[in-house]
Amino acid sequence: MRWGEIIRRLVLVPPTLFGVAVIVFVLLRVVPGDPISMMIPPGASQADIGRLRALYGLDQPILHQFVSWLGQVVQGNFGRSISVRQDVLDLLLTRLPATIELTLLATLIAVVIGVLAALVGILARGRRAEWAVDGGVGVLLAIPDFLWALILLLLFGVLVPLLPISGRIDPQVEIDFHSNFYLIESLLTGRLDVAAALLRHMILPALALALPFSAIIARLLKASLVEAEDQDYAQIARARGYSRPSILLNEVFPNALIPTVALGGVQVTLLLGGTVLVERIFSYEGIGNMAIDAVINRDFPLIQGLVLTFAVLFIVLNLAVDALVTLLDPRLRHG
Amino acid sequence: MADIAVRAMAAPPSRLLAGVRRGGARLWVGAALTAILVLAALLAPILAPHNPLEQDLLSAQLPPMWMHGGDGAYILGTDSLGRCVLSRLIYSAQTAVIVALIAASLAALIGVSLGLFAGSFGGWVDQFISRLIDVWMAFPPVLLSIVLAAVIGAGLTSVIVAIVVVDWTRFARVVRAETMVQLTRDYAAAARAIGLNRSKVLRLEILPNLVPLLVTLLAVEMGIAILVEVILSFVGISVAGDTPTWGSMIAEGRQIVYQAPWIMALPIGCIIVSVIGLNLLGDGLRLALDPVQRS
Amino acid sequence: MTAALTVDNLRIAIGDTIVLRGASLEVQPGEVRGLVGESGAGKSMLGRAALGLLPSNASIVSGRIAFEGRDLLKMSEGERRSELGRRIALIPQDPMTSLNPVKRVGAQIGRLLRHHLDLSKRAALERAAELLTEVAIREPERVLSLYPHEISGGMRQRVLIAMAFACNPSLVIADEPTTALDVTVQRQVLQLVERLRQRHGSAVLFITHDLGVVAKICRSMTVLHAGRVLEEGETAEVLAHPRHAYTRALLAATPRADRPAETLRPVPPALIDQLWSDARRLDWLDVARPA
Repeated sequence: MRWGEIIRRLVLVPPTLFGVAVIVFVLLRVVPGDPISMMIPPGASQADIGRLRALYGLDQPILHQFVSWLGQVVQGNFGRSISVRQDVLDLLLTRLPATIELTLLATLIAVVIGVLAALVGILARGRRAEWAVDGGVGVLLAIPDFLWALILLLLFGVLVPLLPISGRIDPQVEIDFHSNFYLIESLLTGRLDVAAALLRHMILPALALALPFSAIIARLLKASLVEAEDQDYAQIARARGYSRPSILLNEVFPNALIPTVALGGVQVTLLLGGTVLVERIFSYEGIGNMAIDAVINRDFPLIQGLVLTFAVLFIVLNLAVDALVTLLDPRLRHG
Repeated sequence: MADIAVRAMAAPPSRLLAGVRRGGARLWVGAALTAILVLAALLAPILAPHNPLEQDLLSAQLPPMWMHGGDGAYILGTDSLGRCVLSRLIYSAQTAVIVALIAASLAALIGVSLGLFAGSFGGWVDQFISRLIDVWMAFPPVLLSIVLAAVIGAGLTSVIVAIVVVDWTRFARVVRAETMVQLTRDYAAAARAIGLNRSKVLRLEILPNLVPLLVTLLAVEMGIAILVEVILSFVGISVAGDTPTWGSMIAEGRQIVYQAPWIMALPIGCIIVSVIGLNLLGDGLRLALDPVQRS
Repeated sequence: MTAALTVDNLRIAIGDTIVLRGASLEVQPGEVRGLVGESGAGKSMLGRAALGLLPSNASIVSGRIAFEGRDLLKMSEGERRSELGRRIALIPQDPMTSLNPVKRVGAQIGRLLRHHLDLSKRAALERAAELLTEVAIREPERVLSLYPHEISGGMRQRVLIAMAFACNPSLVIADEPTTALDVTVQRQVLQLVERLRQRHGSAVLFITHDLGVVAKICRSMTVLHAGRVLEEGETAEVLAHPRHAYTRALLAATPRADRPAETLRPVPPALIDQLWSDARRLDWLDVARPA
């Protein structure tokens, strides 16, 4: 039973998150380095430092700090950021939608490019075009997202300045949004000019994230298509007088999709991890960009919140992929 | 394909040749690019026309010599402090190569050991190591290495530690799965049947069959290590401030990208060539070492 | 009368290896012809060539394959596709792998009907249910809504047979359709093929290695070895008075209810070697004498 497997995995989520929490917490505290020293003005007295440490609970034993922090987290209180001096949960909720939108757009682009490349590759099977597509996919794959970000920034931001290279939206555009999902909200409310302005900012970072992922999709899908096309049912479809494109689309593709989603879906997490640097490079105001600042400033509560957020996202994505595979494969549904 | 393998086994000297032939262009191009990288690192003091730290504020932000306003003394131009870009690029290769070699080897050592352990013992050992890998995989790797490098503090060691601690799972996962597969194959059962104990089976039968896979992973991991070092120095938490690295050059170039785009473009080019070289080398070696798994 | 299928001096090579060496046979309308041979004889290759299913590394060196007098190899792609699945149908070998695992049975039959007969979605499903009734599947509507993995191997083979006869084919190529099935299911499948053939008046080329099957349902038979036709004729005649030593040897190696098992003799290896070397010598002769 496949659904049973998913439930089993759901049960494992809390222990995994607990493990993540423990590791981050311990890691941050056993190593040298002190957030307080980063925030005090020069010449602060020893008493001032002591008062600050007490304020953030840093004077307690580690186990005590951990238990009290975990107790708060379970109640939805992630504490207060040391460097930004705001509530961590508020910060996360403000920034997270930007990252989610970017990730969704990147996934969309990657799926379109990857599926097209795989289909072109399989249609041209055995011809020179196949070789060319495979080579192109190889290049896309060899260069990681943050390098693509830099390359795209140079190409379309500087050499041929078509697109903006920093921020999420032009400062001139003053629009009241009800949510932090700017793009989705503007699309839903039909404000297409705002959506276009947002997209102009998102397209380069999204493309940078999408290119290596699209190569992964293209590779997996192409290999699965090749394998599925050699199966009996696809061969027999030829003997029924169906055209090759129609066989590829109707018979082979639905089968090839299953291993592609199963293996490639997990790689969305790679894309999510990539947002850290790509957002940094394009000064895009998501949680990735914030993460780097948090680390540099040793903002313990914020780092802990961010890492837990990423971990939750990773786990949710993995589960979603499993559920999707189960939906696509009737053998698993009833199995 | 099969007959090549048989012939290769029959005559050892031609085995090498057959392997090199199978590796094809990838092997050669990959090896050549990797060799250039290593040579640049080793011969940096000879090759570099200037001291990479020497500032010449009067000739800052010079473009490469073939562009308008370029200066023949600075072949690839200068950065915003008037330092020779070419020399900085060459010296950066040193950091890259050191990190790639040490970090990738250590990650492989730890990952392979744990993977073999989990794959061959099974039971609670496997459960424990698998859970550990799961927890590890729940972190975004880039973020984790940034956290690590930041908390350990700047320096080459901390970069290496960050890479090893994050990337051992890459080896462990693959080796664990592959060991399990290999152990179920007939030859492993046969080896046990003739009385080899577990560690002998591992050493004599399993490990040799993992070699092609490991070589590929190792080459790819070196590429990844170079990239992680670039990332860390781009973010500003890698080696000490004045050691030239490609990542810090990119970060500086990003600030003045409209005025002097080449300062950012050149290290990017170096990174791409190095990483693609290592990937090709890994691919080529896999093809050369493994007569069966050809793509 | 024009033959349903004419294979004339067909030579097929896979890479440098020749698998059919000038094989010829005819299947008359309404006739069931057995094509017998051991594995590697090239019998499946012949059937696949007629269906345009040769593997990509195989090539037709020379010869002609005609369906109702028209050369299949010279037809346009579109013309051939309109015949395939409609007038020329296939019963495949392995029912476990021959249905698309992610599509419901109804969708697979429906697609075939709509492709060739231009039926509406609803009409196609109704017709599909009738077809399943024809192959003795109870509760056809329920089966139509199932996925292949939810029905038994015998039932899958019946679905495939129903699909083969769905558009009233004049020629059905049955490629070892009983090999992958249990002995008990085999007989039912054979009876089913025979009944549907009579109802639709189709000719059948029955590819098999089993002389017992041939004796049961084929009126005529062709013996193939090493890509050459060694013997052909009325089944009763060939089985009673085999002319070729290989046919005799095959018969002696086939278990029969009326003979004790001890009298079974394998085909003598010397004979096989002899036949193969003859076949290879023929290849050389053909190279020496340009066609």
